[in-house]
Amino acid sequence: MAGPRVLVIGGGLAGLSATMRLAELGVDVDLVSLVPVKRSHSACAQGGINSVNTQTRQQGDNESKHFDDTVYGGDFLQHQPPVKEMADWGPRVVDLLDRLGVPFNRTPEGFRDQRRFGGTLYKRTAFAGATTGQQLLYALDEQVRRWEVAGKVKKWEFWDFLQPVLDASGRCRGAICQDLVTMEFKAFPADAVLVASGGCGLVFGRSTMSMVCTGSAVSRCYAAGANYANGEFIQVHPTAIPGADKLRLMSESARGEGGRVWVPRTPQDPRDPRDIPESDRIYFLEERYPKYGNLVPRDIATREIFNICTNEGLSVEKDRLCVYLDLTHIPKETLDRKLGGILEIYEKFQGVDPRFVPMKIFPAVHYSMGGLWIDYEKSSTGGLVEGSPRNQQTNIPGLYAIGECDYQYHGANRLGANSLLSCIFSGLFVAPGVVSSFDEAGPTDASSSMFAEALNVQQQRHAELLNRPAGGENPYDLHDELGKVMTRACTVVRHNDQLTEAYETVCELERRWQRCSLSDTGSWTNQNVVFTKALGDMFPLAKLILKGALQRDECRGAHYKPEFAMPGVEADDPAERRRLAEEWCDRFEENTRKWLKTTVARHGEDGHPVLTYEDIDTSLIPPRPRLYGLVGGEVIEEVWKERQQARDRAAGTVTVGIGG
Amino acid sequence: MIRAVDGQDGKNGAAVATGASAKKSPESLRVRVLRQDSPGRESYWECHVIPYEPNMNVISVLQKIAAGSTTDDGRKVAPVAWDCNCLEEVCGSCTMLVNGRTRMACTALVDRLVEEQPEEIVLEPMSKFPVVRDLMVDRRRVFHSLQRVKAWVPIDGSYDQGPGPRISPEEQEDAYPLATCISCGCCMEACPQFTKVEVERLAGESEEAFEARRKEAFDKNFLGAHAISQAMLFNSHPTGKMIADERMEALTDRGGIQMCGNAQNCVAVCPKSIPLTRSIARAGRAATLWAIRRFFDR
Repeated sequence: MAGPRVLVIGGGLAGLSATMRLAELGVDVDLVSLVPVKRSHSACAQGGINSVNTQTRQQGDNESKHFDDTVYGGDFLQHQPPVKEMADWGPRVVDLLDRLGVPFNRTPEGFRDQRRFGGTLYKRTAFAGATTGQQLLYALDEQVRRWEVAGKVKKWEFWDFLQPVLDASGRCRGAICQDLVTMEFKAFPADAVLVASGGCGLVFGRSTMSMVCTGSAVSRCYAAGANYANGEFIQVHPTAIPGADKLRLMSESARGEGGRVWVPRTPQDPRDPRDIPESDRIYFLEERYPKYGNLVPRDIATREIFNICTNEGLSVEKDRLCVYLDLTHIPKETLDRKLGGILEIYEKFQGVDPRFVPMKIFPAVHYSMGGLWIDYEKSSTGGLVEGSPRNQQTNIPGLYAIGECDYQYHGANRLGANSLLSCIFSGLFVAPGVVSSFDEAGPTDASSSMFAEALNVQQQRHAELLNRPAGGENPYDLHDELGKVMTRACTVVRHNDQLTEAYETVCELERRWQRCSLSDTGSWTNQNVVFTKALGDMFPLAKLILKGALQRDECRGAHYKPEFAMPGVEADDPAERRRLAEEWCDRFEENTRKWLKTTVARHGEDGHPVLTYEDIDTSLIPPRPRLYGLVGGEVIEEVWKERQQARDRAAGTVTVGIGG
Repeated sequence: MIRAVDGQDGKNGAAVATGASAKKSPESLRVRVLRQDSPGRESYWECHVIPYEPNMNVISVLQKIAAGSTTDDGRKVAPVAWDCNCLEEVCGSCTMLVNGRTRMACTALVDRLVEEQPEEIVLEPMSKFPVVRDLMVDRRRVFHSLQRVKAWVPIDGSYDQGPGPRISPEEQEDAYPLATCISCGCCMEACPQFTKVEVERLAGESEEAFEARRKEAFDKNFLGAHAISQAMLFNSHPTGKMIADERMEALTDRGGIQMCGNAQNCVAVCPKSIPLTRSIARAGRAATLWAIRRFFDR
């Protein structure tokens, strides 16, 4: 008798971890991926993976602090139990990867070396050169290959996920996928479907993401009724190398290893950067954020770089916005050992050796904090109940989301080196829950007519695209326009008028997409139709991102609207300072009550997203102002602490919740 | 051999002339692509002229070709199919022959290509793997080689067992370059001993039977430098070496290390500068010792 069978969509870190664990639990896995899984976007992760470790522990670190850094860095937008569970699992996850043979950098004594990443004061980040994501991906790919040889895993590489298949009760019973080579359609009946399809960077045209990161798999789940949460929270990485086809990531580890960001004091100083003396340079991050320096959280570094180039006019170049990221003070030998991979990327694409010449970098869209809404079951200790079928499950029973395509772990801003952890953690953690879901779900009837019906829907959609009259809109041009609109209106700085306009433009682009014609109408390896479909599925995501951003009238993490910014306290007079700080805290509390909520988007029948707002579980760490570098931050902190103490004293009667 | 298809009619001749004028003008690039509609079909050349922009790579050239989908003589054609993903030379997808040399399309920068060969950019699929369509080839054999040499650490399971073994920085620095192999296939393409294996599906053959036959064909043929190097990587890992004998068996079996003719092309074309010949030399020595040991163990 055939045992349970699970379909995993996507073979990056999350999909592979889940596949490995499921196979180990005796489940047969079909693993569907647009590319051979070893070529997944996780390979692009560079810097490292965070966990508390033996060394930081002795410096006062513990899992609670990792949890706190993650929540504080994410501006409290996460439900706290899953984040706590993830931080608790950190050391185990890194130990496991170590056993899988990941060549982590070593100390002279042979232990794993660690470096410091943004948003923390501890060296929590284990790394393998500057290609950590690649190394973790390979280690998991190798284990899954082992299961493939053992017959537990069947890979479907170069296959596209088209839709989940739901039964009459609304439970997910499998999916329809398409072979990208033969263009054949196939139904995959399954006892559960795990979506591990990564981010949606291509909605922004060019980003640091790979070409498969279209968000189409997620969009197709959304169209089928899965909710999407916190879409407006898109991480713009502070340091990327601008390029014509792609914005290539320059890892935060460059700053973790001592890289310094600066601009010349004189706008567009024509001198060779190496000839500009220290006194003529502005190390703006170090000056404004003495505690964290170049390692402030990403949203802040991004805004500062953006600001110094646009508002202050201090971009290194006139026609192209960029600042210097300087490693030239670090010995070449250290750079080669710790950052080799990323420096090679810069050298290969820019033709300049960053060991000797400061790099020119600028922010780029990098990570989707938002994603498919997922559930969890909270344990009595504030973490998660292991093995609960609710963990990582979308609002569609039987449909799970893990890795970057879920919304759970990073709130309003992700800390560097936490994504590798969240991907692998969610992949490992989801497996026992999926197994326990089989009981309540009952077996899937592979002969059910719902599969044939869904197949028919997809075949018709495909045929409709192929049969469109020639001479219509060009999908590649439309994608270019979509990317420009989204990048302009909805990245580093957001204004309501621009967001409103962008929403209308995107709706117009979507209408124009209906008139797209294909330049390839064949039925063999037709990349044109696959791209056109994926493009069509970007619009619903673009709309929910824009609408979420438009409605959220506040600043939180990566979401920044200058109109709603809360400037610090600038007065000198102590009484006045105190008064302003009280006012600031009142406003903060009011804003927390109003906006510390998850944005949940549902695909409306008219094609527009319907947004609702959901309370957040902040029962473990009460929300507090994020004061990195804020002017007058000390006095605000003082007032805030007094208020918090008062609340704590009253805590016997008050349960801490929203705004608590 | 396939190049003979080129210039068979007057139309193509005119295209060449356009290309010659494009060469002088920095505003456009002439790109000649070897296309093939599907496996088993004839390949044919096609020319595209696209506007030049600074800092282009072959990927952005192909993106422009896809967006235009019009040949230099104004014919509307299906976009050229090609494989790519990360565009930063870490996923291993976009291997092709660019101006006759196997390399990654993403790091093939147009300005350098133009220096190398000003007339035109020539793009061809890899020749040692079956063409799927145009520049896309079927590289399942690359991954199958990794199965053959058991390129993994045989862990007991993924439950927590504490950290892995202690490893000296020297060992890490030795292993890390080998671990950066992106399975792009360049080393195989350049290797004279690595020959194309193309298995065609027979009429009425089931998918499973076809797959079994394909794997059997792969198993008889050369592993290639990348798999040999991966075998050496795992044979040097403290846990990985626990199945070192099984890997040696694969390395000394049909299509194993003995196939290497020491041409050293692999190391010359590797985009990640992996010391492949060092791995092969180590594998060769290990194979000799292993054969002697087996002889005396009999």
